[in-house]
Amino acid sequence: MIELPLLRVTGLAKTFGRLRACHGVNFELFPGEVLGIVGESGSGKTTLLRCLAAELEPDEGSVEFRNVEGELEDVHRMSEARRRFLQRTQWGIVHQNPRDGLRMRVSAGGNVGERLMAAGERHYGRIRAEAVAWLDCVELDPVRIDDLPLLFSGGMQQRLQIARILVSRPRLVFLDEPTGGLDVSVQARLLDMLRRLARDLDLAAVIVTHDLGVARLLTDRLMVMRRGEVVEEGLTDQVLDDPHDAYTQLLVASVIA
Amino acid sequence: MSAAIEILGLEKSFILHLRAGTRLGVLRGLNLTVEAGECLVLRGASGAGKSTVLRCIYGNYRPDAGRIFVRMGAGIVDMAAAKPREILALRRMALGYVSQFLRVVPRVPAIALVMEPALERGATEAEARERAAALLFRLNIPPKLWDLPPATFSGGEQQRINIARGLVGQQPILLLDEPTASLDAENRAAVIELLREARGRGATVVGVFHDREVRDAVATRTIDLAAEKAA
Repeated sequence: MIELPLLRVTGLAKTFGRLRACHGVNFELFPGEVLGIVGESGSGKTTLLRCLAAELEPDEGSVEFRNVEGELEDVHRMSEARRRFLQRTQWGIVHQNPRDGLRMRVSAGGNVGERLMAAGERHYGRIRAEAVAWLDCVELDPVRIDDLPLLFSGGMQQRLQIARILVSRPRLVFLDEPTGGLDVSVQARLLDMLRRLARDLDLAAVIVTHDLGVARLLTDRLMVMRRGEVVEEGLTDQVLDDPHDAYTQLLVASVIA
Repeated sequence: MSAAIEILGLEKSFILHLRAGTRLGVLRGLNLTVEAGECLVLRGASGAGKSTVLRCIYGNYRPDAGRIFVRMGAGIVDMAAAKPREILALRRMALGYVSQFLRVVPRVPAIALVMEPALERGATEAEARERAAALLFRLNIPPKLWDLPPATFSGGEQQRINIARGLVGQQPILLLDEPTASLDAENRAAVIELLREARGRGATVVGVFHDREVRDAVATRTIDLAAEKAA
């Protein structure tokens, strides 16, 4: 296995005033790997995710992303233009609230096509055909292509957000509580879809969730956070079936099965 | 190493932080060699550590000390020291595991769940479907159930889906944790037959079987973990 990591995180730390939101975070993520970050609310999960996705600048440490040329680039030390280019083409963020990731007054097809245009595609027919294909892929009826996302249910909006991200064939996706406010039946479908996409597209993903059931089914590896620190990490089934840390044991023991 | 699995000085205990740090020692200095092609059955009273041994081999439990060498093709991996990605690769390529519980994404049809491990090993959609269908048929799952998610299946049916998932990847080593616990005689016989066939193509089997009939039918060697501990 001489495969190189897609993402390398070293000594990452972020404070808000006197609050240490996250610190001392180190890990590597490889192509096709799905990493889960779990912990109670306020444990620093979302702050960490935002630092990884270059939405928030850390106080210390680095986040390096391997570009298509095979070189590691520090996402917080590159030019704004370069960062925006990578954000549009190489990685994607699926927000907990689809309203943060969609343009609600642009049609569903427009939401998907927009990222293609941002990546340089100009041919209207091709953009529309791709949009149709991706709506279909996330199980949205392509006849809804001209409807506004405002008219979609929460689950449909979440799937549209995922289609919008995936259309530009990112190599890395960040998901913040992707199944959060969805009802259980929609959650299951979304989980199955995300698993298939990760396998078929060799996508790497970082998923923040507080739902250990979601983490078990969707992730390969798990990091458990508490008060801004990673208290335990390992293969997902190791961490959930043989938790070593006291806090992880409490989390696992608290699941209502 | 000519063996399929070689365990040296395996120690595993559990520290229960929520129970005032109570320490449960389960395995103390276990040595165990499993030759390629044999079917080793682990015996011992409840709590002797049978499942723990299987889970350590699978990389699901993290040992306190010791080494667990597992053969993968021409190479050998120490499960006790392997990185998460190496463990995942080893499972995919070398280890099939049937647990006592079926844990899967809800609302996914049974046949898709059975196809999954084959797809992960690189089988085409058509190959995976064919292998999955053959297993479900052999395990007496009626075809009208194949396209339904197993949540509403009986305990025995769910267990057979689990067995099919463990066998479909055709990994060279199979770890089986009471796979026949909730099966009737006809289905036990089907599992015995499938295990014989797996061994026929060279697979190594390590299992826990409470059922004497199955044990007698498949075991080439039995070890008693309680006796190993005392020794």
